[in-house]
Amino acid sequence: MHKATESASTSRRPACSAGDKSLVVENLRKEYTRGKPVLKNINLTVAGQCTTAIIGPSGTGKSTLLRCINRLIEPTSGRILVSGQDICTLRGSDLRAARRRIGMVFQEYNLVERLSVMENVLCGRLGYISPWRAWLRKFPQEDIERAYDLLDMVGLTEFARARADELSGGQRQRVGIARAVMQQPHILLADEPTSSLDPKTSVEIMELLREVASVNDIPVLVNIHDVTLGRRFADRVVGMSKGDVVFDGVPGDLTDEHLKLIYGGEDWLA
Amino acid sequence: MSADRIWQRFTPAERMARFVVFLVAAILLAWSFRTVEIIPEFLMDAPEQVADLFKRMWPVDYAYYERGVHAVLIETLHIATLGTIMTLGIAIPVGIMAASNVCRVPALNWLATFILVSSRSVNTLVWALLFVAVFGPGTLAGTVTIAVRSIGFVGKLFGEALEESAPGPIEALRAAGAPWISVFLKGYWPQVSPAFWGIALFRWDINVRESSVIGLVGAGGIGMALDEALNLFHWDRVALILVCIFAVVVIAEVFVTHIRKRII
Repeated sequence: MHKATESASTSRRPACSAGDKSLVVENLRKEYTRGKPVLKNINLTVAGQCTTAIIGPSGTGKSTLLRCINRLIEPTSGRILVSGQDICTLRGSDLRAARRRIGMVFQEYNLVERLSVMENVLCGRLGYISPWRAWLRKFPQEDIERAYDLLDMVGLTEFARARADELSGGQRQRVGIARAVMQQPHILLADEPTSSLDPKTSVEIMELLREVASVNDIPVLVNIHDVTLGRRFADRVVGMSKGDVVFDGVPGDLTDEHLKLIYGGEDWLA
Repeated sequence: MSADRIWQRFTPAERMARFVVFLVAAILLAWSFRTVEIIPEFLMDAPEQVADLFKRMWPVDYAYYERGVHAVLIETLHIATLGTIMTLGIAIPVGIMAASNVCRVPALNWLATFILVSSRSVNTLVWALLFVAVFGPGTLAGTVTIAVRSIGFVGKLFGEALEESAPGPIEALRAAGAPWISVFLKGYWPQVSPAFWGIALFRWDINVRESSVIGLVGAGGIGMALDEALNLFHWDRVALILVCIFAVVVIAEVFVTHIRKRII
């Protein structure tokens, strides 16, 4: 294991432009039960318009890692810096303000089914407006215009008034991405965004995530179990196994040896 | 055909337990027959009594409606409606407190459970007796009775609806940095609102029936007119009041069913 980490550190670094919007994870550890860490010691820095794919077998802590970053799950120890701000020490309204800068896209889309597409996109602004205005649906005009622009970008303008449960899976995920971008995030996390979708739609969603990264000049972190898809769209691949990072480099450097190390066994590689 | 491949639905212990349950039930039934003390003469002339009652009730005194029933019938509907509205105001916060996924303070969960259980454990007529003692006989006592009694029903079902709502959208709104109230308004409420209005209408339907009875102990409404007619042996008026209650309950039922279909 240790040797593999060393080899990871010597591999080529992806050519991502350095930006002011960044994520730094330092010595992150997470234990659900004491003494049984799900994440052992994660160190990760992403910046610029870089799309990073996190690959690894089920149950290796990929989802836990993403949820620690926006503290939907409390890390046990370590530091997480979003654009330089340590979010692990924040509480209450400070934590909510920090979460606004972290967009998240989910495997099951997590839209509010009975609300319209427009309102779901505007939900990305709930961290910015008061509950009173949210209740009265008094969203600022610039938010509404931005929401329309985002619906144009994801190609769903004509569905603005449709209810979210009328959409197909791919359309719902586009709404989910629009909602996350609506937050004007500094980083975008995507937890298995394509796992519930067909291959063609999956490619479209990955292309959309890359577009979001370049248009907004933000790093995107994608948990993905489809290695081929991850390799194809990522600037950088992080391989995780049993709570550790065992590969970190450009997709071209990811060999079958690495995959064996990440997933175990080799019969499936044939 | 080896011995270990025999299959029976119940294990020997289960069969034994089932036999014991049946035996106890049979003993209890025999025992209750001995204690109920049926007087055969009264049982025998029951059909005669029923026929006599119907004879006295016929013809129904429809002329009495305008003079003695209309006002109290409207009053009954007012008690049911106002009582239900008051309940909603209290049952929403109590239901939220009861839902352990929305309110993560165990002490508040317990407090809510306590309020819900105490509201439901006391019978409507007992609540009515209590509030007649507090407020004196009349509509106010009836309205408060209906309101207090309904909190348990509406609050419990609303809380359960909240607990069954999907966690995904809630997670997404929390991840966007939404404050608690916004998460409730945009995450939970859209999911539970059809259930909530269904529960409220159903409770109003029940309350129309309950508010026609609580007058028997002086808590206002058509029950007071019924009590008076019974005491004075005006059986034709009793018949009229029963017909009116029946009609109102049927109309309420039809109305509620129609609205529920539209909101769900």
